[in-house]
Amino acid sequence: MIVDVLVLGVLGAILGLDMVSFPQAQISRPIVSATLGGAFMGNAGMGMMCGVLLELFAHETLPFGASRYPEWGSSSPVAGAAAAAGAAAGGVSMALLFAVPFGLLTASIGGLSMVQLRRLNAHMAGKRLEALARGSARTVAGLQVAGATADLARSGMISVIAAAIALPAVRWISVQPAPLAPYAVPLLASLGGAVAAGAAWKMFHSTAGTRWFGLAGLAVGLGCVIAMTR
Amino acid sequence: MSGAVPPAAPMSSPATTLASLPFATRCAIITRLFAVQASWNYEILIGNGIGFCVEPALRLLPGGRGGEAYRTALARQSAYFNAHPYLTSFAVGALARAELEGQPPLRIERFRTALCGPLGSVGDRLVWVGLLPTCSFVALLLYGLGLPTLACVLTFLVLYNAGHVALRLWGLQMGWEKGLGVAQALGHPILREGPVWLARAGTFFAGAAVPLTVMRLVHGGGLSRTAITLVVSAVGAGALVLFHGRVEGWRLALLAGFAALVLFLLRHA
Repeated sequence: MIVDVLVLGVLGAILGLDMVSFPQAQISRPIVSATLGGAFMGNAGMGMMCGVLLELFAHETLPFGASRYPEWGSSSPVAGAAAAAGAAAGGVSMALLFAVPFGLLTASIGGLSMVQLRRLNAHMAGKRLEALARGSARTVAGLQVAGATADLARSGMISVIAAAIALPAVRWISVQPAPLAPYAVPLLASLGGAVAAGAAWKMFHSTAGTRWFGLAGLAVGLGCVIAMTR
Repeated sequence: MSGAVPPAAPMSSPATTLASLPFATRCAIITRLFAVQASWNYEILIGNGIGFCVEPALRLLPGGRGGEAYRTALARQSAYFNAHPYLTSFAVGALARAELEGQPPLRIERFRTALCGPLGSVGDRLVWVGLLPTCSFVALLLYGLGLPTLACVLTFLVLYNAGHVALRLWGLQMGWEKGLGVAQALGHPILREGPVWLARAGTFFAGAAVPLTVMRLVHGGGLSRTAITLVVSAVGAGALVLFHGRVEGWRLALLAGFAALVLFLLRHA
């Protein structure tokens, strides 16, 4: 298990770096990073299921500049890995019921840690304002490298701690007898669907004409649901 | 925004008459643009990142790397700045040109200040509220339609990064071409109409993706279980819209998820 935790730490560090520092290619988004976490544990499909649920919630949290938002890069791979590990232990539903809220909690803590990182960066920059005012290329490059390194360390640490908690916990939880387990995924799906639909309205409703596009999309979606569930 | 920049002033001792940035310099700037936010902080925000990205171009100033002109320009470019990270490429291209043309320092500083607001608001609307959610809903739609894991992930990454990388490259080119007149480029149809069309596409894909995603997640439950889950989702979404600004759905979901986990475990015990 130690190897799993360490590898997830490295994965989380790299994906956490993507969120803000480098390269912002959105490999940190839950749908990607949780899938990678699940794939590492041997079940990409389970990782993706967890990632899809987290992705639905992620629509409500857009990474606007200085605002505080959940950090998905270090949390989602652990959540995806936990879902896969729990499924391997025997309980898909309970594994997801643990992995998804745990992913949300870790993302929230990751967001708090980013605030601390920005304060650290400000402290480092503040101490070097004189060198910056002199036009020191070394200071400019040094601050960038120090910021990225601190971000890498921050996200790696969060992933390691989260994985060390999540993997044993999910293996225990998923083998516990739980008669209500069949309701776990519908519960998570309804929460995710509500948050994503609400977020879509908040994001797009102020743009002219979006209502009709939304209704058209809904008609297509519901039509497909009816056709595919028959 | 253009009104905030002083009218064209005679250039003070043009440093260079480069028609385009040398290839190596351009490559260095492009690479650095991906790390523009690495030292983001509450003191100078993205300012140090701008200095870091413009620096390869400043080496072309008279005196070269470490010369007086280089150091003065780098100090100017590393001061406070704020913008959307992808759209900083417009600023970096324009500022590199202004420095290499030897524009008056005061004019460059005023231009820098004037650029912050528009590059932030346009980028937020185009990328964070446009491109990103739209690509995400497309990926969720594919998931809901039953496509394989790899197809969903790759579609999201390719779609999103096609827009992301193109925006950075185009911004650098526009910034370099227009120099201090880059405000004209911000009126380009892509930046003006893009957010509107992305919002419309995003709404369409959201409408289609959410029911299909929910259906696939609860698959095996048939139409009735999917329908009940969708109705609960719709009611929940309505409540979140109603209490918009007062509650955050993902935080409620966190609490509800853990509460359900404890309940499900205790129910048997």
